[in-house]
Amino acid sequence: MPEWEAVIGIETHVELQTNSKMFCGCAVAFGEAPNTNTCPVCLALPGAIPVPNEEAIEGIVKIGTALDSTINKDSLFYRKNYFYPDLPKNYQISQYTFPVCEFGKLEIVVDGEPFVVGITRVHMEEDTGKSRHVGEDGRIHDASHSLLDFNRSGVPLVEIVTEPDIRTAEQARAYGAELQRIVRTLGVSDARLEEGSMRFDANVSVRRGPDAEFGTRTETKNVNSLRSLQRAITFEIDRQTRVLEEGGEIIQETRHWNEDKGVTISMRIKEESEDYRYFQEPDMLPLEIDEAWQQRVKAEQPELPAQKRARYVGLGTDAHTAELLADDPALGGLFDQAVQAGANAKQAGIWITQEVVAYLRREEKSLVETALSAAHVAELSEMVSAGDLSSTASKDVLNAVLAGDGTPREIAEAKDLIQISDSGFLEAEVDAVIADNTDAFEKLAGGDMKMIGFFVGQVMKRTGGKADPRLVSEMVRNKAQG
Amino acid sequence: MPVDIDIAKVAHLARIDLSDEELAQYGEQLSVILEYAERVSALPTDGVEPTSHPLPATNAFRPDVVTSSLTNEEALAMAPEAEDGYFRVPRILGEP
Ligand SMILES: [Zn+2]
Repeated sequence: MPEWEAVIGIETHVELQTNSKMFCGCAVAFGEAPNTNTCPVCLALPGAIPVPNEEAIEGIVKIGTALDSTINKDSLFYRKNYFYPDLPKNYQISQYTFPVCEFGKLEIVVDGEPFVVGITRVHMEEDTGKSRHVGEDGRIHDASHSLLDFNRSGVPLVEIVTEPDIRTAEQARAYGAELQRIVRTLGVSDARLEEGSMRFDANVSVRRGPDAEFGTRTETKNVNSLRSLQRAITFEIDRQTRVLEEGGEIIQETRHWNEDKGVTISMRIKEESEDYRYFQEPDMLPLEIDEAWQQRVKAEQPELPAQKRARYVGLGTDAHTAELLADDPALGGLFDQAVQAGANAKQAGIWITQEVVAYLRREEKSLVETALSAAHVAELSEMVSAGDLSSTASKDVLNAVLAGDGTPREIAEAKDLIQISDSGFLEAEVDAVIADNTDAFEKLAGGDMKMIGFFVGQVMKRTGGKADPRLVSEMVRNKAQG
Repeated sequence: MPVDIDIAKVAHLARIDLSDEELAQYGEQLSVILEYAERVSALPTDGVEPTSHPLPATNAFRPDVVTSSLTNEEALAMAPEAEDGYFRVPRILGEP
């Protein structure tokens, strides 16, 4: 029998970072006193009329464009009817047929292998309020009652739904990470998983090999880190495989990821066949995202993470360095400016992602809190290329620049680290050492290349360690080969 | 043509508790409405542009500007129950 294969689809909710809510002028703010950012619209008082926030529509068009989607010129809002107290209207304004975006895709790379995840749809909706369950352990099942805060009710929410294209937990994580990078690059959301401004639901099923029909799937919620996304999916694949191998059956249900125990737990909520009785939101006009709007968003699209990584690799960094630089806007910005100022890209990339990052971590500082500028990186790079500074010494100099001790040249001079790379001077030194060690030189000339180290060492000794060892070594080799 | 509807299910979905008499009464009324809709659906509409909204307008937007909200007291004034600045509701799952 073929091996088990997982079939995974991810639904992602992203809260947009607009000033005001989706359908009313209440502020989008976090951590404020409960129920202080509400109004008749987001509390669903009778007669209140929702009016969509133009900036939120702009945000979803940006996301859809970055995900290579078709942007529907005509798009409609619907009411999704269900009963839960964090939804004051008893329906959520969402989209159904004619979402803003459809048929997108996102390419991810796992273990060096590119992999395309299809994006079914990207639609606009509103977030719910937050509930707190009061009772012994804060669980909904044992609660005596619940408390509701509607500050989040009506915050613009974008839902991104993939095709069931994902096959492994690693791919799922890579997808989540890349989506988070894109959303942040677009500047439409801070996409913080811990705080819930980005949330994943994972639909997982298993089947016997790629030709078998899809199995029954479960939906896992409450995944609030990329690591938990991977762990929860791995757990769910293992659980389902075990159940099926033991002759059991998978129940279509919603499961809750328990981070501490590392397991998914059935929510044990009786799921009636979904009947949201969607109907078109009668209080709102259709959306029309015309060609001009679509073209403008496309033209204004910032460099996406994948494009940035490819550009960095093109400049000469390795793939890992490119990824680190592209993931951190401050480091990436410093790198871009340093290269523009003439720094060697490979060298600058390594300095920034290794020395600078280690310094920031050690000192618990952010880049702007240090004295390092792009011009410094460029100057340091120039000094190493010119042979004025050894690459070992360059690290010390870089750390001193970060600490605010001066420019690279000032520091190198003050610390007496400038190398002698004057070839006329060095050649005289090499000749002097050869004259003093004729026996050793004969061995070298006879093919004993180990002797190069001896001559370089002697020259370093005579110059107080300041000669450029690469240059000296090259000279000794040339002399030996006559 | 009579339209078959499960009025008890529709009432449950809308969380409306109806007596048997009311089920019969509303069932009849809803059937009349649905029969009318069926008659409209039967009309020939070939070549007619679908209308997604009765008004020939789109994009009634609001600029992304914060306007004033209700105070906590105002928001909770209409709530049957409140606690510590929150709306208080009976337990959500299981028997209240
Ligand atoms: Zn509001």
